[in-house]
Amino acid sequence: MILFRRSARPGRKLRALALGLPALLATALLPLAATPASAEPTRGGVLRFLVEHEPTTLVTIAHTAGPSTRVSPKVTEGLVTYDFDFKPQPALATDWSVSPDGLLYTFKLRPGVTWHDGKPFTAADVAYSIKLLRDHHPRGRGTFAFVTEVDTPDPLTAIIRLSKPAPYLLAALDASESPIVPKHVYEGTDPLTNKNASAPIGTGPFVFKEWVKGSHVLLERNPNYWDSGKPYLDRIVVRFIADLSARSAAFETGELDLGGGPPVARSDLARLQALPHLGSDTRGYEYNGSMTQLYFNFDNPILKDKRVRLAIGHALDLNRLLNVVYFGYGKVAPSAISPYLTNFSDPSIKPYAFDLGKANKLLDEAGFPKKADGTRFSLRLYCNPFNGQAAGDFVKQALAKVGIAVDFQFFDFSTYIQKAYTSRDFDLTLESLSNTFDPTPGVQRVFWSKNFKIGLPFSNASHYENSEVDRLLEAAAVEPDTAKRRALWTDFQRFIYDDVAAIHLIAPDGVTLFSKKVKNHTLGVAGINASFADVYIEK
Amino acid sequence: MSAPLILSKSAPLIAAMSARLIPSPRVLKALRRSLLQAIPTVLIIVILNFFLLRLAPGNAADVLAGEAGAATAETMAALRARFGLDLPLMEQLFAYLGNLAQFSLGQSPRYNMPVAELIGQRLPNTLILMLLALGGALAVGIAAGAVMAAFAGRWTDRALSVLALLFYSIPGFWIGLMLIVLFSVKLGWLPSGGAETIGAVHSGWDAALDRARHLVLPTVSLALFYVAIYARLTRGAMLEVKAQDYIRTARAKGLSPAAVTIRHTLRNALLPVTTMAGVHLGGLMGGAVVVETVYSWPGLGRLAYEAVMGRDFNVLLGILLLSSLIVVAVNALIDLLQATLDPRIEVR
Repeated sequence: MILFRRSARPGRKLRALALGLPALLATALLPLAATPASAEPTRGGVLRFLVEHEPTTLVTIAHTAGPSTRVSPKVTEGLVTYDFDFKPQPALATDWSVSPDGLLYTFKLRPGVTWHDGKPFTAADVAYSIKLLRDHHPRGRGTFAFVTEVDTPDPLTAIIRLSKPAPYLLAALDASESPIVPKHVYEGTDPLTNKNASAPIGTGPFVFKEWVKGSHVLLERNPNYWDSGKPYLDRIVVRFIADLSARSAAFETGELDLGGGPPVARSDLARLQALPHLGSDTRGYEYNGSMTQLYFNFDNPILKDKRVRLAIGHALDLNRLLNVVYFGYGKVAPSAISPYLTNFSDPSIKPYAFDLGKANKLLDEAGFPKKADGTRFSLRLYCNPFNGQAAGDFVKQALAKVGIAVDFQFFDFSTYIQKAYTSRDFDLTLESLSNTFDPTPGVQRVFWSKNFKIGLPFSNASHYENSEVDRLLEAAAVEPDTAKRRALWTDFQRFIYDDVAAIHLIAPDGVTLFSKKVKNHTLGVAGINASFADVYIEK
Repeated sequence: MSAPLILSKSAPLIAAMSARLIPSPRVLKALRRSLLQAIPTVLIIVILNFFLLRLAPGNAADVLAGEAGAATAETMAALRARFGLDLPLMEQLFAYLGNLAQFSLGQSPRYNMPVAELIGQRLPNTLILMLLALGGALAVGIAAGAVMAAFAGRWTDRALSVLALLFYSIPGFWIGLMLIVLFSVKLGWLPSGGAETIGAVHSGWDAALDRARHLVLPTVSLALFYVAIYARLTRGAMLEVKAQDYIRTARAKGLSPAAVTIRHTLRNALLPVTTMAGVHLGGLMGGAVVVETVYSWPGLGRLAYEAVMGRDFNVLLGILLLSSLIVVAVNALIDLLQATLDPRIEVR
């Protein structure tokens, strides 16, 4: 939306240059003096933080929607955080160890931590939270499924006992994924309706102040935070702006300091990135492992033929998809595991070559010759609205070139979930299934035959069934040895690729937009879903 | 003739109108009748809405699980049970009607709070926006219409007609965005969204001024479409009335042109405008959805939109019930107002 361009009158430009020149010289001469000052974080200031949509809850103990994961960690912390290599860093836990058989996780907890209501934080809170996660959290039910007991030999030690190894467990302890909540607030209540969800009490650097529905959440500095001196900010104003263009305008006018997502339309990003007061960062989304995939409905006899599926693979030009639909913000991702999950993704897998001749030949061989009208057969295509309509249009046009007539239907989110996972009347669907922090919770659900569950969102709606894949998935889920587990996942990716079980397309980049005065907003794989204890605003 | 003149001279008219609005037995009877008619009407609306909403594919549990990006069969079952979606449809309806009978709008499963509270938080924001927009649109529209009628066929009329046509045809969201681009991004005069400067500690005059600054752009965006309608309506009605015999009589009596225009022409021409304004008050809610989204205005329209997207039917039913009540009430009010403007109209 560039309808009014700033008219720069030549006179004004010259004057600006004349004024700017001495300033430029001054900054050129001063770097030595200036560097230490800017490296020292400054106390104070208000951060105006954009959360794209209003969350339904402010604590991710029983629900994990994107907006909630942005707000929750500021108030409610986790046991650890993760750096850019997915390496755990101390948070509420200062030290941890895993037994060689992978069945015992011991956490030493940070002493002297208090909840925002003044009560002390102890191992009992950790034990209670882990059990809540196991029983109520959408992903935690899987992650902590094998937890039999959490022992608390002393107030600062928590030992998680498992019945089977859960090698992804140590990656699941980020505040956004597995928050530690106060036992005394939740005990004896239904965690789904507990008032803490809308007025949270945590141990985090920020204390919940108010939530005006439809408008904002206000968080105040916690003066008693365990990391003394932090947080640097006085206050965080969390604003919800539903309209993409309105978000662009708010960034442009300087009414927002920080937001992620990307928070604005990808077509608008380049214009905003060019503004002198704004910076952007694509790091800090690895924990989410975003992916865009094309899934088949294996109950359709046409798609049971591997040649047809491979032909569809050869008909899609992934680089073009990335540049046209995603404006280049992302990576081509041909493997079943997102390239953001660097510990598991197999970089040797390359996209099916873009080759229309080959695609046509495969379809001819499969027994679907072109009819008089130039088409071979028709398929129904759905698209998760999160991907945007353009992605569906792209696939439709690409497949038309090889004679597959695509009936593309685009719905709102709720209708899509219902149609794709309950009534399942699709042949192809463009899904946007995040791989999360580990392929067991993130990828297994799509290809595991035992997860074909009608009516369950993000399950194996393809109805893909393969005993070899099942074996690999089940082995990888309980393999405590890192190298062996990685090998299992490598085999799995190769198998899915060779079988054309799905076509994996793009790993879209998240993009954080920030005012250049805001520092330390992205310090690990959780990005702006971190606690913000380290964030400061340069004066 | 200029707009301020009309406004100052219309003061006695308004005084006369309010004097007549003091309830007489006739009016009270009419109000009682409206109230009695309203109860079955609203009940039918509630039941129809209830079934209509169930036609939408997907439910609140699907959406919540979808948003979470993960789910297990157990979480889905727990969500359905919590929202009462596992009950038979008729049982759900009777449960809802039972709630209503106790003046409760039920609970929002999505936000985990009572619907009445959720609506109550948003209602003032939307009401102030709607009333300001409608009031502003009426004032400006009628003034512009009167000017157009007075200069019918001349360039003032033509220019205003073109402007009205533009306002009528440009979609509200686009006007909203363009106003933001001009007044917030380029000129930096007004904030681009929100209802107040959050986190700023304002009090007294500063707080009121801050709110007013946030109100300007949304109100204008919402009002422009209606300004166009009222201007055209007033113009047409005034031209029609001007040709009536009693206007000639009034002139012949030697009344000043201003008195003729305001007391005789405008007053009679207001009838169709008030009818439309009454209808629009209900329709404004639709416009409010768009404007509230563009300006991140924490109002009822946005809540309704989010309730649709989240399949939060209890909230949606509550909003629909409230809007139908408002429409019924406004219709009754408009009937009374019309009877005041034109004593020949019977209050039924």
